[in-house]
Amino acid sequence: MLDVAKLKVSYGQSEVLHDLDLAVAANEIVAVMGRNGMGKTTLMKALMGIVPAAGGTVALGGADITALPTYQRVARGIAYVPQGRMIFPAMTVAENIETGLFVHGGARAPDYLYELFPVLLEMKSRRGGNLSGGQQQQLAIARALATQPKVLLLDEPTEGIQPSIIRDLARTLRRIRDERGLSILVSEQVLSFALDIADRVLVIENGRIVHEDARAALDEAKVARYLSV
Amino acid sequence: MIFGYSFGDLGSILAMQGFAGLILFSVYVLMALGLAVIFGQMGVINMAHGEFMILGAYVTYLCSHLFTAYLPGLFAIYFFVAVLLAFAAAFALGLLVEWAMIRHLYRRPLDTLLATWGLSLVLQQLYRSIFGAREVGVELPDWMMGSQHLTDTIEVPINGLLVMGLTTIITIGVFLLIYRSNWGKRIRAVMQNRTMAAAVGIDTEFVDRVTFGVGCGIAGVAGSAFTMIGSTSPTAGQLYIVDTFLVVVFGGAASLLGTIASAFSISQTQSTIEFFLSGSMAKVLTLLAVVGILMLRPQGLFVLKVRR
Ligand SMILES: Nc1ncnc2c1ncn2[C@@H]1O[C@H](COP(=O)(O)OP(=O)(O)O)[C@@H](O)[C@H]1O
Ligand SMILES: [Mg+2]
Repeated sequence: MLDVAKLKVSYGQSEVLHDLDLAVAANEIVAVMGRNGMGKTTLMKALMGIVPAAGGTVALGGADITALPTYQRVARGIAYVPQGRMIFPAMTVAENIETGLFVHGGARAPDYLYELFPVLLEMKSRRGGNLSGGQQQQLAIARALATQPKVLLLDEPTEGIQPSIIRDLARTLRRIRDERGLSILVSEQVLSFALDIADRVLVIENGRIVHEDARAALDEAKVARYLSV
Repeated sequence: MIFGYSFGDLGSILAMQGFAGLILFSVYVLMALGLAVIFGQMGVINMAHGEFMILGAYVTYLCSHLFTAYLPGLFAIYFFVAVLLAFAAAFALGLLVEWAMIRHLYRRPLDTLLATWGLSLVLQQLYRSIFGAREVGVELPDWMMGSQHLTDTIEVPINGLLVMGLTTIITIGVFLLIYRSNWGKRIRAVMQNRTMAAAVGIDTEFVDRVTFGVGCGIAGVAGSAFTMIGSTSPTAGQLYIVDTFLVVVFGGAASLLGTIASAFSISQTQSTIEFFLSGSMAKVLTLLAVVGILMLRPQGLFVLKVRR
């Protein structure tokens, strides 16, 4: 569904992602693990077209989207839950979700979003900025889902969230994949969360994928070594 | 007794000057709305905003003459046509300017400041070449000239009421546009986080262009209102741009209500003091008051309380 080939990204003179290859199949959940500063966020931003690629291609469902601006990529079916959530703080919960509806027309959020995240229904007319971290994370995911994506990108969704809520989050993400049939690429530092949801785990180090395992065959100790400082 | 006036007289003076300030208030509100919408949306300080207002004033002037010459029967309603055309002309020029100039300068505030200042000079020269350097004025139809007697000492000018009504409609319109419409959701999303707005599928460049156009269009309407209190000349817009900045800063740049309250207090203070002292003394006192209040409340009169 998502195919990345030889992706290169630089900030000015310094290259951060080096000829990175990556594929996510339809209905698959892939976790990219790596410590701070290894290039996870840069990868996500490059896939969204927020930072330009210096080389390589990104394809979605077989169609090359490397040259498209961000909003057209969203229309093609890629959605983004950024690190730090970045909901629109002065807009209400309902309005936040509705910003995701414009790509495909339609003014009302579909009911299943509120079924997935009942707390958002309760908080519908609160301002996004006044929600707790966990609630904001759910809002950011609901907003992304409102764009009807084929591929959902999540950048460190567990960062700054309570353990009990992290378990709910894992369950919800699996449920979304099963019910909506989409592919998920999630970046993480928390191994237990990745093991909870991913079908396949990749390790990124200094802008290169250095290790890859299917969930079933995963060498936990080895991945944990990559994650420890 | 103050300044030799009795309290009854003072009441009448305050009321009369208050009503006289209505048009000034309206011009401020409309100018500040446009400026604030543009600044809030894309962080662009449009130094040419006054010239967009004057474009609206010239369109109104042209309308008044064209109606006199070709449609004298409809002269009574020319002002309403002029308002629409003033909006359309300033909106169109705004789109053009955004496309040709502003969009290349986003995230470079100083360059935008200089570029729009340059634009204001270009526009002034254009107006001078097309309409001449001399001031022009509009004719008002008879029904707009009169005034309504409230009491023996208080009279309300009809054109003031009319312009107030117009301003109210536009302000409510802008409010509905921004806070109740789907377009407004796009605008606010871009305002609050441009990157994320694009990442939920919003074409931010298009939103920028239309918003800039609407802001300029509102300045055009302010120009229509302006024709009733001042005479139109190529440089008349410059006198208003500083006052308008004052209104926006005083009100707190992100708040519609703040903008209105601030326009009201500044225009009323000015027009009331003007009655007792000279116009420039009124300006000085108003400015001092604004500076004093801003020292106590640097964020402006109104701010939105939300965690970021
Ligand atoms: N805007 C930027 N400008 C320059 N360098 C950056 C920028 N953002 C990130 N980097 C650098 O790119 C590398 C990868 O960062 P990032 O993608 O944020 O890593 P991660 O999300 O895995 O913590 C780091 O070395 C970081 O310092
Ligand atoms: Mg990161």
